[in-house]
Amino acid sequence: MIHFVLLISRQGKVRLTKWYSPYSQKERSKVIRELSSEILSRGPKLCNFVEWRGFKVVYKRYASLYFCICSDQDDNELETLSIIHHYVETLDRYFGSVCELDLIFNFHKAYFILDEILLAGEMQETSKRTTLRLIAAQEELLEAAKEEASSLSSIIAQATK
Amino acid sequence: MEQLKTIGRELAMGSQGGFGQSKEFLDLVKSIGEARSKAEEDRIVLREIETLKRRLLEPDIPKRKMKEYIIRLLYVEMLGHDASFGYIHAVKMTHDDALPLKRTGYLAVTLFLSDDHDLIILIVNTIQKDLRSDNYLVVCAALNAVCKLINDETIPAVLPQVVELLGHSKEAVRKKAVMALHRFYQKSPGAVSHLVSNFRKRLCDNDPGVMGASLCPLFDLVTIDAKSYKDLVSSFVSILKQVAERRLPKSYDYHQMPAPFIQVKLLKILALLGSGDKQASESMYTVLGDIIRKSDSSTNIGNAVLYECICCVASIHPNPKLLESAADVIAKFLKSDSHNLKYMGIDALGRLIKLSPQIAEQHQLAVIDCLEDPDDTLKRKTFELLYKMTKSSNVEVIVDRMVDYMISISDDHYKTYIASRCVELAEQFAPSNHWFIQTMNKVFEHAGDLVNIKVAHNLMRLIAEGFGEDDDATDSQLRSSAVESYLRIIGEPKLPSMFLQAYAISALMKIYAFEVAAGRKVDMLPECQSFIEELLASHSTDLQQRAYELQAVVGLDAQAVQAILPRDTRCEEIEVDKDLSFLNGYVDQAIEKGAQPYIAEDERNGMGNVSNLRSQDQHESIQHGLRFEAYELPKPPMQSKVDPVSSTDVVPVPEALSYRETHPISSVGSTSEAGSSELKLRLDGVQKKWGRPTYSTPTSSTTNSPSEKPANGASHVDSATASYSKSRDSQNTKKTEIDPEKQKLAASLFGGSSQPERRSSTGHKASRSSGGAADGSRGSKAVEKTIQQPPPPDLLDFSDEPTVTSALPSVDPFKQLEGLLDSSMSSTTNHNAGTATIAPDIMSLYGDSTASQDSLDIFHGLSTEPTGATSGETTVTTLPQSVKGPNAKDALEKDALVRQMGVNPTSQNPNLFRDLLG
Repeated sequence: MIHFVLLISRQGKVRLTKWYSPYSQKERSKVIRELSSEILSRGPKLCNFVEWRGFKVVYKRYASLYFCICSDQDDNELETLSIIHHYVETLDRYFGSVCELDLIFNFHKAYFILDEILLAGEMQETSKRTTLRLIAAQEELLEAAKEEASSLSSIIAQATK
Repeated sequence: MEQLKTIGRELAMGSQGGFGQSKEFLDLVKSIGEARSKAEEDRIVLREIETLKRRLLEPDIPKRKMKEYIIRLLYVEMLGHDASFGYIHAVKMTHDDALPLKRTGYLAVTLFLSDDHDLIILIVNTIQKDLRSDNYLVVCAALNAVCKLINDETIPAVLPQVVELLGHSKEAVRKKAVMALHRFYQKSPGAVSHLVSNFRKRLCDNDPGVMGASLCPLFDLVTIDAKSYKDLVSSFVSILKQVAERRLPKSYDYHQMPAPFIQVKLLKILALLGSGDKQASESMYTVLGDIIRKSDSSTNIGNAVLYECICCVASIHPNPKLLESAADVIAKFLKSDSHNLKYMGIDALGRLIKLSPQIAEQHQLAVIDCLEDPDDTLKRKTFELLYKMTKSSNVEVIVDRMVDYMISISDDHYKTYIASRCVELAEQFAPSNHWFIQTMNKVFEHAGDLVNIKVAHNLMRLIAEGFGEDDDATDSQLRSSAVESYLRIIGEPKLPSMFLQAYAISALMKIYAFEVAAGRKVDMLPECQSFIEELLASHSTDLQQRAYELQAVVGLDAQAVQAILPRDTRCEEIEVDKDLSFLNGYVDQAIEKGAQPYIAEDERNGMGNVSNLRSQDQHESIQHGLRFEAYELPKPPMQSKVDPVSSTDVVPVPEALSYRETHPISSVGSTSEAGSSELKLRLDGVQKKWGRPTYSTPTSSTTNSPSEKPANGASHVDSATASYSKSRDSQNTKKTEIDPEKQKLAASLFGGSSQPERRSSTGHKASRSSGGAADGSRGSKAVEKTIQQPPPPDLLDFSDEPTVTSALPSVDPFKQLEGLLDSSMSSTTNHNAGTATIAPDIMSLYGDSTASQDSLDIFHGLSTEPTGATSGETTVTTLPQSVKGPNAKDALEKDALVRQMGVNPTSQNPNLFRDLLG
């Protein structure tokens, strides 16, 4: 089972966190602090796994972003590594050549996509196409709502308030 | 008017397909992005919190604005600050009818709230309503929230609906319902135990996604009780077969592998079902063989499947052919340049080693390379492997290495772990008592507070009881050597822990008592004297008392000592009268005189003392009566970590203390006695191992079984040791080009089990094939080694990367962008920045090692793929080229947009614009 997903930039800035096991806010900051110092200091040729407090943290660097997943001791590390890659590829397809900036400004979308891939700490969908189709279905409604909101009457209503 | 303008700008941005948030939010993100220190970031976030608090209090916030506030709250929370003041607004948003808002609301509550939060009760109703919605997207959003927010108390509220949704017409809903039910099962197995048959049903779902999702709960169920799922073996095998034969839709392919994530899950389940079941295992052999043959070993995911196959092969009833191919895969992993694969190889080796011990030997040099690797993760994994292959012949080398490593690290968690490993190995395989004591001393010296107290109890008991020898002389010799070593430790300027002090004084006490009882005159060494005096003034009452006791005991005559610490009663149970019934008379007397009757502590304050089992029971029963709060969740391990300080305080076992109060003098041996009752089983084992001074190390080499008792080994010893050294010589001559030190290590680690020895020494027909294989591999190993010596110029080898990166910040990302524009129009530019951005394609083709920094960065992601240098090239060249064309334009547009909005990444993070996938 996956316990949490972290995205940290090379400067140690948090870009996304998702917790599947209960951690208090205090513990979360501690975990992030500990892991980012451990992972960011690792050299490029070393393996992408870190054993940490009886868990395994699998991380992978894309450009200047580190994607980290903490999973159980007996999980398959290479599979976890592939889950990360799968997520990044899905993001890439969604955003069209995704870059860190997309994730910074649209982190909630990154969350939505993550929620369609991982659920309750397990992989729920392994097909990129299915994931994206579902996201697109949700966004269509979103677009419709947006248009409605931006109709002229609402602008005037807001402006005259 | 001003307002209209901003709205106009927002709308404009929305129609541009931009980020869709207000300038304010973009500014926030930007300023945080540019913050130079954590303190600055915190200041910005705190200011934002103030703003949000104010804004959220405003009346009639338009919904779109509200949504943005919620997202801003998320951002604040993500950066580690408390946004609880806004939780209620997120909850309210889930009530909204519009899906986009509802979805955002659900996202926010799943990120904000844990399943025991007070606000959950306000959401359950909404969730119930949404689960009944006609719109499947609403149901999906609600199910996402169910997985995170529903706890064992609220399960009944949504359970019927979730079960109903298992038959929903949309596969996305069915899938999420399966996951939700799985979550329920994890949280409270009792509540859904009657529903587990649903998972079986969903296994036959015609949507592969739902089938894949049902594997997660089935895996859990099989882990708990494999027997009741044996009937599914054939289904799993046939599903796996279909997957491997690419019968699933193409969209489940991942890097040319057919549905690998589903394969991995299935293999995990099969490993459990086939364990110890010959018949079930036999039905799996064919499909396993097929998968191992078909799997693509040039991708991560292919190797993940291969690794899972090895785990499965190692777990089910062994099949020689499969074992052989598994060994081949392991060889491939270990020979790889990728650390990831080496790591997996070491792990797989550890799994296979029990079934075919000879394969470790084939890879001895690879293993030693991994042990000496600078990568800590790999090193630890290798220790894990060594732990599994320890036997009496190599225990000294392995434990010495472990202790050295233990001393060198500072991570308490792992230190504890490796210390316990050392202790375990030393207890099981110690070649001599002297070595055992020395090793234990080292462990206690460097990780005293981290070792389980029981270990110390064991050691003390062992010294006190003797080593099971009939010969008293050896015993007392050992004892004196133990005393010497303790004296040496006491002589150190400062003892590392109270824990150790306590045991040192206990040991001294026992030894002096023994000496006195034997009628010998005791001269207390000055070191001991000063040590005791120091402890007399110790802050720890326990240590102080022990010191006083020791002083008193030494002053007594032989007979008294004999009575207090009888020599041969250590194994006798001492009955402790916990009710202190012998004091009843005294108590009655006191009460008659008007004293208050005693009220038990837990009755006094309602809450029992948790440290003592009995009161803990009581504590539980009290809670059963009047419990208002939700059950506590299992705390993550970091919290349960025992504070080292408190663990030293625990040293005086509570029972021992109460015992001591009643018999102040005879309490000396009580610590070990008190501990002994639970330790009994384990100690017996230790005693057996210690039955004889077994320095006859290689005896087990003839049988390869570490548990072999030396009983029948006596005659083998000489010949085996001879052959042992002989084989070492032969190894030496064979591999002269290899670092002799490494060789020696290999010999000492693996020598014990080497095949050729067996052939030469005992002469009985060692299976020729395996012997030959060993020889062959040795030869090839040497060849391989020489090839490896001058590493081929690796295209993807950017080992100097980190040093260069520091120079990076001087590159302006916008320059790069302009460069990109130039180069995409006319590729003749020799603009520095321009070449940098398009470099990857060219780089990969020509492998120019003087590549500029940027291309290295981009490449890095690719180079970590476990592709061999050759196969890596192809992916590198094809992948970016095919995608790069439209991307450059895309990226440019995006960047222009961002720049328009005034986001201008500073030199701090020039990579912001870089595509993650390179």
